[in-house]
Amino acid sequence: MMNLDAALNIKPKKKLTFGKILLKVFVYLLLILISIIVLIPILWIVGSSLNPGDSLYTSTMFPKNPTFIHYKELFTKTDFPIWYKNTLKIATANMILSVILTTSSSYVISRFKFKGKKASLITILVLQMFPSFLAMTALYVLLWQVNLLNTHWGLILVYAGGQLPYNTWLIKGYFDSIPKSLDEAARVDGASNFTTFTKIILPLARPIIVFIALTNFIGPWMDFIFPNLVLRTADKKTLAMGLYAMVTGQSNTKFTTFAAGAILVAIPITLLFVYLQKHIITGLSSGAVKG
Amino acid sequence: MEKKKKAMWLSLLFMGLGQFYNKQYIKGTIFALIEIIALIFGIPYFRKSLWGLITLGEIKFHYVNGKAVYDHSLFLMLQGIIALLVLAILIIIYVSNIVDAKKNAERIEIKKTTLHDVLDKNFPFIILAPAALFILFVVAFPIIFSILVAFTDFSGPYRLPPRALLNWVGFSNFRDLFKLEIWSGTFYGVFVWTVIWAILATVTSYFSGLFLALLINSAEVKFKRLWRSIFILPYAVPGFISLLVLRLMFSGPGPINDFLEIIGLQRVDWLTDPSLAKIVLIIVNIWLGAPYFMALMSSILTNISKELYESADIDGATGFQKFRYITLPMVLYATSPLLITSFSYNFNNFNIIYLLTDGGPVNPSYRYAGHTDILISWIYKLTLNQQQYHMASVVSIIIFIIIASISAYGFTQTRSFKEEDLIQ
Repeated sequence: MMNLDAALNIKPKKKLTFGKILLKVFVYLLLILISIIVLIPILWIVGSSLNPGDSLYTSTMFPKNPTFIHYKELFTKTDFPIWYKNTLKIATANMILSVILTTSSSYVISRFKFKGKKASLITILVLQMFPSFLAMTALYVLLWQVNLLNTHWGLILVYAGGQLPYNTWLIKGYFDSIPKSLDEAARVDGASNFTTFTKIILPLARPIIVFIALTNFIGPWMDFIFPNLVLRTADKKTLAMGLYAMVTGQSNTKFTTFAAGAILVAIPITLLFVYLQKHIITGLSSGAVKG
Repeated sequence: MEKKKKAMWLSLLFMGLGQFYNKQYIKGTIFALIEIIALIFGIPYFRKSLWGLITLGEIKFHYVNGKAVYDHSLFLMLQGIIALLVLAILIIIYVSNIVDAKKNAERIEIKKTTLHDVLDKNFPFIILAPAALFILFVVAFPIIFSILVAFTDFSGPYRLPPRALLNWVGFSNFRDLFKLEIWSGTFYGVFVWTVIWAILATVTSYFSGLFLALLINSAEVKFKRLWRSIFILPYAVPGFISLLVLRLMFSGPGPINDFLEIIGLQRVDWLTDPSLAKIVLIIVNIWLGAPYFMALMSSILTNISKELYESADIDGATGFQKFRYITLPMVLYATSPLLITSFSYNFNNFNIIYLLTDGGPVNPSYRYAGHTDILISWIYKLTLNQQQYHMASVVSIIIFIIIASISAYGFTQTRSFKEEDLIQ
């Protein structure tokens, strides 16, 4: 047997022909070229943030005398710390509320039978694809009527509600793949629905829950349109609003400060993303790929 | 049978009566209270709200003794919709009251139930109720409003509440969009570009992603992890920030033009020339979108069973044949539903258009739209800049019909839809 294996494994020794070397060089050149294309915008914004000047016209990718003055200015001359705090608060609250709402309702939808379940779920899923700019007007008036205008809670409630249909669908798909016999065993042992859910299902669904938590956490960092409508006073502003205003105003005079702010926002999010890559791929593929 | 009917009729007559008949006093009291409250406060409330929804107000804006007196059509409409939703909830409670009476009529013994049992028995409803309320008010309510606006004349500069009363106008906005030159010209132009954009953006980033995945996973390449971590970066950096950065890079005085000047070329109007702006959009979209496909496809590539390749080796397949008949079909099969998702995502990809070109450059023959505007960014301009709410609503409905039908098909392809009956 051993001999046979060894015999089978004997391959013709790889000869480094000229063609092979050429191919290798070509492949690596390609990889390096793509890396450069990928990295240039990132390097440019990092370089820009270290430029001493203020404007886009004078800044260079590799400043001759780099300075951290713009990072300092962010904290002394702008409301950046307030924006950061607000965004962190909204993001965290949205994440917690969304995860609780979504996982619990997906569990019910996955495990209990009731009439019109699938039909109503699909209806809601399809409905929420309705373009949302006009809907914002309605939400604005709704928040106004319940006194939640210019509050973070107004924003959080809208976010948490808006994410419900799609994420419920996503998690339900994941829960469906957890065998029902586990629930039944727990029921036999006298566990209530609530215990079954928290002690059996939730721990098994960790990857998808991490994914949902992450997307809900990141969402508020990116949204620069709805907060603009809802939040009015300077002390309520979020990061995306503040950063967006820095570069799209009449003058580009705050360009380098924007660069510094952008980096301080991008770093934690990027790290989170890279760190949780695996979960993200799980989440994305369970939503999209054929099972 | 007799008892069942009696309980049903009692509950039909007045909520809670059937429950009393079934000797469920607490439940009966709750139901009865709901009906009493609904009758006392509900009737005048519903009459007023529905009047508002149907007429959209009757008192024109005018001053009495220096004070403005008016009906606010927009508020009347929104309150009318909310009243309809509340009415729907009441009907659901009413129906469940009857069903409950019927179900419990045949119970023989009265079992003492603890609060814990009640909670556990009604677990699905207790859990779903808040989610349903959220969806009703945050998702359904705004959408009903957005659709209804298409049938009103809600638009600036003259038909804005509270200064003016709104009117129901039937389908005339739809007619205008297709027949009226100023609207139809813009609509067709923007629509065609939206479809071209969605197809090109999807296909280019899909195949670029495939190319990257194959490149990294090819046998020639060492340090796969390193390359993958670099290539995933555009997907990981917040899109909102990288788009603003790229907008500045491509701008007139930006670094890309500086670079061109250094190597002795002309500066280029990347974002102010219509065709160039479209090309830049596609390129930037590859930069943003390819990593996402790459990540997904790499995970599929590494999961293809090694045995397949080994048996192909035994059959004497060449590298190209293995790629053509094993790798490619496996990847395409697993990721093809993504093409649908990605198409509808790009069809409505507001961020990239708005942040990169803002729809520009302006197209003078278009109404409130630029050369690179897609439908969704046109809607944004119509609502938030131009206050043409009625037309924005009509265009939204059209987008919705397109996207909804494509996605409804897409959803039927996902795991969540298919596995439903397999597991249960």
